Amino acid sequence: MKKSRIRVLVAKPGLDGHDRGAKVIARALRDAGMEVIYTGLRQTPEQIIETAVQEDVDVIGLSILSGAHMYIFPKIIQMLEEKDMSDILVIAGGIIPNEDIEELKKIGIREIFTPGTDTKKIVEFIKSHVAVA
Amino acid sequence: MDYKQIKEAKKQWSDNTLKKILDRFPERKDKFVTGSNKEVKGLYDPLDLENINYLEDIGYPGDYPYTRGVQPTMYRGRLWTMRQYAGFGDAEESNRRYKYLLKNGQTGLSIAFDLPTQIGYDSDHSMSHGEVGKVGVAIDSLKDMEILFEGIPLEKVSTSMTINAPAAVLLAMYIAVAEKQGVSADKLNGTIQNDILKEYIARGTYIFPPLPSMRLITDIFDYCSKNLPKWNTISISGYHIREAGSTAIQEIAFTLANGIAYVDAAVKKGLDVDKFAPRLSFFFNAHNDLFEEVAKFRAARKLWAKIMKERFGAKNPKSLMLRFHTQTAGCTLTAQQPDNNIIRVTLQALAAVLGGTQSLHTNSRDEALSLPSQKSVRIALRTQQVIAHESGVTETVDPLAGSFYIEKTTREIEDAVMDYINQIDKLGGAPKAIEKGFIQKEIQNSAYDYQKDVEDKKRVVVGVNQFQSEEETMKDLLKVNPKIEKQQIKKLEEVKISRKENEVKEKLNDLKEAANSDKNVMPFILECVKSYATLGEVCDQLRDIFGEYKDSIKI
Amino acid sequence: MKLVERIRQGDTRAVARLITMVENDFQQAQPVLKELHQHCGHAIVVGITGPPGSGKSTITDKLTKHLRKMNKKVGIIAIDPSSPFSGGAILGDRIRMQDLTTDKDVFIRSVGARGHLGGLSRSTQAVVKIMDAMGKDFIFIETVGVGQSEIDVIKVSDVVILIVMPGMGDDIQVIKAGIMEIGDIFVVNKSDRDGSDKLIAEIEMMLHLIEDKNNEKWAPPIIKTVGTENIGIDALWAEVDKFIKYLKKSSQLLKRRRNRTRKEIFDLFQESWREMFFEYIGEDKIENEVSRVLQQNDNPYNAVKNLSTVFKEKLFKEDS
Repeated sequence: MKKSRIRVLVAKPGLDGHDRGAKVIARALRDAGMEVIYTGLRQTPEQIIETAVQEDVDVIGLSILSGAHMYIFPKIIQMLEEKDMSDILVIAGGIIPNEDIEELKKIGIREIFTPGTDTKKIVEFIKSHVAVA
Repeated sequence: MDYKQIKEAKKQWSDNTLKKILDRFPERKDKFVTGSNKEVKGLYDPLDLENINYLEDIGYPGDYPYTRGVQPTMYRGRLWTMRQYAGFGDAEESNRRYKYLLKNGQTGLSIAFDLPTQIGYDSDHSMSHGEVGKVGVAIDSLKDMEILFEGIPLEKVSTSMTINAPAAVLLAMYIAVAEKQGVSADKLNGTIQNDILKEYIARGTYIFPPLPSMRLITDIFDYCSKNLPKWNTISISGYHIREAGSTAIQEIAFTLANGIAYVDAAVKKGLDVDKFAPRLSFFFNAHNDLFEEVAKFRAARKLWAKIMKERFGAKNPKSLMLRFHTQTAGCTLTAQQPDNNIIRVTLQALAAVLGGTQSLHTNSRDEALSLPSQKSVRIALRTQQVIAHESGVTETVDPLAGSFYIEKTTREIEDAVMDYINQIDKLGGAPKAIEKGFIQKEIQNSAYDYQKDVEDKKRVVVGVNQFQSEEETMKDLLKVNPKIEKQQIKKLEEVKISRKENEVKEKLNDLKEAANSDKNVMPFILECVKSYATLGEVCDQLRDIFGEYKDSIKI
Repeated sequence: MKLVERIRQGDTRAVARLITMVENDFQQAQPVLKELHQHCGHAIVVGITGPPGSGKSTITDKLTKHLRKMNKKVGIIAIDPSSPFSGGAILGDRIRMQDLTTDKDVFIRSVGARGHLGGLSRSTQAVVKIMDAMGKDFIFIETVGVGQSEIDVIKVSDVVILIVMPGMGDDIQVIKAGIMEIGDIFVVNKSDRDGSDKLIAEIEMMLHLIEDKNNEKWAPPIIKTVGTENIGIDALWAEVDKFIKYLKKSSQLLKRRRNRTRKEIFDLFQESWREMFFEYIGEDKIENEVSRVLQQNDNPYNAVKNLSTVFKEKLFKEDS
């Protein structure tokens, strides 16, 4: 099935309240023709997964600046596997040190966009990994 | 001043000298703008000050309207407090970092708490998983607070605590620790951030809804005016608003609007403005554009003085003085070529000093990568010390005053800020404007515009969209001990075992009743923390009565 | 069909995927929808519309919670405007309904108003069908209701709730007459604000004018609510309940469902022929005809005649 529109869930997991980046990216993705579901702060892994299911998203974008990524991301990946949803493209951004990036990519975060990333790069990455009509 | 003569001379210059050069060498850009996209002219001269009167609009430092500074001698009398924000892991580790900083010449403490603490969750709460000790120190009970300040004399050191929703609880713990050190509350010197409005706008560590939150804040104003006369009861913040992407003008406008809301709430509650206003303080951002930032600080002082005098009828000169802490702009620091950040921070710190800040935190070069390593934070501290002792800018008060550019820009910022404040007044004040999403939308738009400018290369970020180079990863980044969470949970269990459970229950119940009445909750919170009730337990009582705030503004 | 079974059992993944198929490849979804159709008819569809900021999502959230206390299953279709430039959208209604995310018996789907090959109306009708077959007792369709396609969508509902709030200034005039006429229940939300009573008076006046035209037996009530404080929600639902009983007792429910079915047939038919237009005539022929009209200074009416001939030829060829 050829999709006419890419659907992306932009999520703020955990207690981190810095949402400037998430909001800027949500807008950039919208301006690139995508449908962006943004559910606000303090999302638990359960909420993120359930939203991803109901909204049948192609991409989950996780934004975290609090240093809790090594706990929260594996949990989300694990839950996606349990629900047989590993075909969803999972990407992340925020404050994530280089040494953690390797580890996270191994468990299934496809790409991590660190501070200073051009939003065009994120758009291109998504478009090149999700098939559209 | 003969303005007519100057006008003629200017025309001559413009038509001849300037035109000759422009014809051959056009300027580098079509439009020159400040960091906030405000247009900057090629030249400023006495004509720009035609409508500015030195005595009325600028005045002398220490006198209304305080444009030049809140003290007559400023740094000639006393340097600003060098106050590095710090904290991570557990209380023992943070205590070690504080002692290191004090040893290296820091003159005041600034406590960073972890997110569970800031949001009133104990380290064993389900929402705390993975977050304990990561962005600040984990404080679950008075026990942790005692360890945090072990060996630090609270009658000598002034402490700023970046805590908002549960500020009352942490303040109570601080008072209790001081008591154990034999220091009475009236000797305590410090600040709690305690600014909930900006949490809803830009920072996100809220717990309760707006109305009960304002009640807690005004309870603190009242309690401190009677018991902690040297304590700054609030740090009305623009830093985070700027970090969220606002312009300089928006930073001041929304901060002062929030300030107005707090004063309003306190006055409505029956507090005498001159009793609590002297202890209100502010917290601003020091961003890249040096001159715009200096003008911004001066404009803020003048506007607040006017607002307190004209709008609230304050009579005590101390009520009119805007005293502020500054932090250099974290959002401007890059992950690429981190050493460049040292230079950025230097310029930003310089802006804060030239702007007359009372207290300053300089970010470390690894800001975009992690919490500061010991080496990096030392460089940040040294930055302040070099400016203070080697640069000469501290030798005279408000050195940039009289600059045509600075005075004109100060005035322009004042006018633009007042426009916003009037708009917010029309919406019903800051709390209503926040409810309607107005302030958040303005900030989001500025943030998006900035991103577009950087991506279109209209704004250069060295090392990021220009002057890039192959990177080596920065080594020796700080890592928070992953065992902290388990250790903290164990400590929490031990506290619960060794305390008097009946007493705790009783005190928590008393607090709940007080929260449900008109009483000031501070004394009840103090009793709770002394019985070693945990932060989570105290906040849960308040949650039961006040409810919880839910993020609900659509983007 | 296995998929149909999964949907009837409420498998959220299957439901979500089918909805995606409806939005992107209707032809593929149609056989499934056909099978599901026989299992539909139980759910009551409630349309919630009103200007931006009036509190639709908050009220939907509170009404849903009210229904959940009665153990009713709920589906929510939250429609947000799409950018006319990029076609993209920020779908943010869920932010007001966060508690409902992990409720197993609530299914929320966010929908952008544009980019539905085949129109928003056809997609929404299909999603309603899916949620109905899935076992939902009530389905909320939440939309701003200013575009023609969104007004169409509201017409899919059994009950239409129009939400307004004080302080909109002259915006009350801006609410298109089409919406005012199809409102069955009016809500003045944020009724704790100034201007609430004035607004009620204005609405009453407008309803009076419409009443004279329609001569209906249902007088739309006006309910005051403060959604964020959960005030007035019980009263609001009581009116919805009353209206549903009225629909069932009078011939109104049948009349509405008949209109709905007719509209559905029409939308499907129209879309079906629209797709055939492009398929049988082809982009090239269409472009050529456009060029010919411009170059020869001909008129579009002749162009239609020419293209119709091509279409008919193709159609008869297919049939024979």
